[in-house]
Amino acid sequence: MYVADSRGAPAAAADAARAGSGRRSAIAPTVFALGTVSLITDVSSEMVTAVLPLYLVTGLGLSPLGFGLLDGVYNGFSALVRLVGGHLADRGGRHKAVAVFGYGLSALCKPLLLVAGSLPLIGAVLAADRTGKGLRTAPRDALISLASAPETRGRAFGVHRAMDTAGAMLGPLTAFLILRQAADGYDAVFTVSFCVAALGVLVLLLFVPSRTPQSAVAGSAAGAPAPLSAQGAPRVSLKAALALLRVRPVRQLTLAALLLGLATVSDSFVYLLLQHRLGVPDRWFALLPLGTAAAFLLLAVPLGRLADKVGRWQVFLGGHAALLLAYVLLLTGWQSPALPFLTLALHGGFYAATDGVLMAAAAGSVPAELRSSGLALIQTGQALARFACSIAFGAAWTAWGDRTALGTAAAVLSTCAVGAYLLRPSNSPKEARL
Amino acid sequence: MTLRNKILVLVAVLAVLAGVAAASLLHAADRADKKNQVQAGGPQVGSGKVSLAPGSGQRIVFRNMAWGPHRDELATVAATDPAGPRTASGMKCLRFYAAAGTGICLQAERGAVTDSYRAVVLDAGLKERAHYSLPGIPTRSRVSPSGRWVAWTVFVGGDSYAGTNFSTRTAVLDTRTGQLTASLEDFTATLDGKEHHAADTNFWGVTFAADDRHFYATMATGGHTYLVRGDLAARTVTALHTNVECPSLSPDGTRIVYKKRVAGLPADAPWRLYALDPATMRETALAEPRSVDDQVVWQDGNTVAYALAGDYGADLYTVPADGTGKPRRLLTAGLAPAYLP
Repeated sequence: MYVADSRGAPAAAADAARAGSGRRSAIAPTVFALGTVSLITDVSSEMVTAVLPLYLVTGLGLSPLGFGLLDGVYNGFSALVRLVGGHLADRGGRHKAVAVFGYGLSALCKPLLLVAGSLPLIGAVLAADRTGKGLRTAPRDALISLASAPETRGRAFGVHRAMDTAGAMLGPLTAFLILRQAADGYDAVFTVSFCVAALGVLVLLLFVPSRTPQSAVAGSAAGAPAPLSAQGAPRVSLKAALALLRVRPVRQLTLAALLLGLATVSDSFVYLLLQHRLGVPDRWFALLPLGTAAAFLLLAVPLGRLADKVGRWQVFLGGHAALLLAYVLLLTGWQSPALPFLTLALHGGFYAATDGVLMAAAAGSVPAELRSSGLALIQTGQALARFACSIAFGAAWTAWGDRTALGTAAAVLSTCAVGAYLLRPSNSPKEARL
Repeated sequence: MTLRNKILVLVAVLAVLAGVAAASLLHAADRADKKNQVQAGGPQVGSGKVSLAPGSGQRIVFRNMAWGPHRDELATVAATDPAGPRTASGMKCLRFYAAAGTGICLQAERGAVTDSYRAVVLDAGLKERAHYSLPGIPTRSRVSPSGRWVAWTVFVGGDSYAGTNFSTRTAVLDTRTGQLTASLEDFTATLDGKEHHAADTNFWGVTFAADDRHFYATMATGGHTYLVRGDLAARTVTALHTNVECPSLSPDGTRIVYKKRVAGLPADAPWRLYALDPATMRETALAEPRSVDDQVVWQDGNTVAYALAGDYGADLYTVPADGTGKPRRLLTAGLAPAYLP
């Protein structure tokens, strides 16, 4: 059995002492480097996302009416890709190599958009782009966790997520400024997007150190503390990755993330409900995701720090409480100009309290050697549960209408939150840190 | 590599990337500029007064797409000489339609960073009667034969990573009372005899009947499209037929020409024009062999006009509505036509 970090090993105890010695430990340079890579990459990808509908409709004269470019089948494939990325990264400690491949693949997709002139081809390019995203996510999160002291991981992930979200907000702005300079200049948008993505890959190559399992284990001596496995390095294999589910804290976290994911209604439904139930005017519809992103950006670091202080598990559950509150606000149908803002703030707060915090919590229970696989496993469980929730929610909406569907989601979320609370790893203050 | 060398590499590559980005931007800006210059051999376009009122000979009013200073402006041309000189109004519209002296112009409004869109209701002199902000990119517009009712459809989409979800909003406006239904999703829908409410329901392509009460439109849900018949007074829509998009009702109300997805065609060009008799639900394929992605307009009781991709965006074609004959090019560099008596 693997033992979670911060316990037993003398080196880890020394780290803990160092971190707790009054001086607030700094965020590792690697985390800032990875945050910068994410920021730059998100500028690049959100540039494309923002102009894609315009490009399809006015640039290519296509009708994407009512039919998604990527269907449900792709969601399953994407989950698989994430697991593969996580596993490949752990084999030989190639986190950086897999991340570079993932970021590089997405970057190469941008110029391909210039030549893909039909919906199926554009769909294929977008699928490749998302494959790159799926491959890189777990290795990147593993690198963040391996570079950070266990006590500051919540904050480290908070900083990364805030930088990531800042990029996502800057991307559309960049794209529209380009279209201002050159009417119908979609080719310029895609070319600039490629240049920005290439810059991201370069920053990753130059400023993020590669890690091997050896250096991870020796990491604490090198100044960047890394967790130890009590029984030495386990073999990195698919079997070992799946065996992580036999580790109690990992299993509990995965189950909790899965349970709560089953009651997490997807963003597009939340925005539709805001419009249906709170009467948000049509012209604001496109701005709703910005509201969520703004709250996520502002709250990611404070909530990450809070998670380090009071416990990641508590903040993770608290985030879902915020989501539940958002559901309740939508259910009341109470008309007030402040309500949409409050709902979006809660929605963004939910992401700030759960996205990076879950990874910080998971990093505490997965040994360094299997970090990437473990994080991928938990992310995938959560993503699949959310996908299932989307399908079920859509069906419930069709069968019973939006109010009943949302009421059901709120009830399921409350039940799952109670279930997740009962699953909490332990009541001892030390483990509550998980 | 030392930190100094890393920074040198970063700066060097950054300079190259910035150069590529700047070059692509300049190239695109230059190309955009060219579109403001008149092309040799293109249609003749001059400024003039455009009126939607009946009386001054049959004309076609449309969005002029010929390059030059009047690009994207609403223009008219004599229906008897569609290749002849065009009169441009000075008003820019992305989509347009007109009937009985009422015009609907869906236009882009330049903002500080991004364009927003609005629907402008026009009188016969192209003067604004009212305007409404739009939640997305304009795609279809129609006016009822009496000029009282107006409808439009916009695309809403791109809010998720990699922009996979597209939806539409279709609004209906009573210009007499000013009552706006921002989304047809507010109407009670009936599908297979049961009341239907699904989050994935989308409407597009309204066409009005002459009675100022009924209309037809496309409803999409669960991956299928349906022809629905709507009732503006009862605020209901009822599905009548499947695989119908962008219906257009004939002036006498006896036939609907629409685009139908035909099995075996490429996914990016899946449509063929069909005519439907709503009384018998009999379908007839029209003689246009290409994929048409437009809501046709009726030139008269026997012929429909529609846009196909062309060198300057789109060209207009006509084909008989009964399956006979051959498609003919009506005019080049034009979109969104309406016939003025």
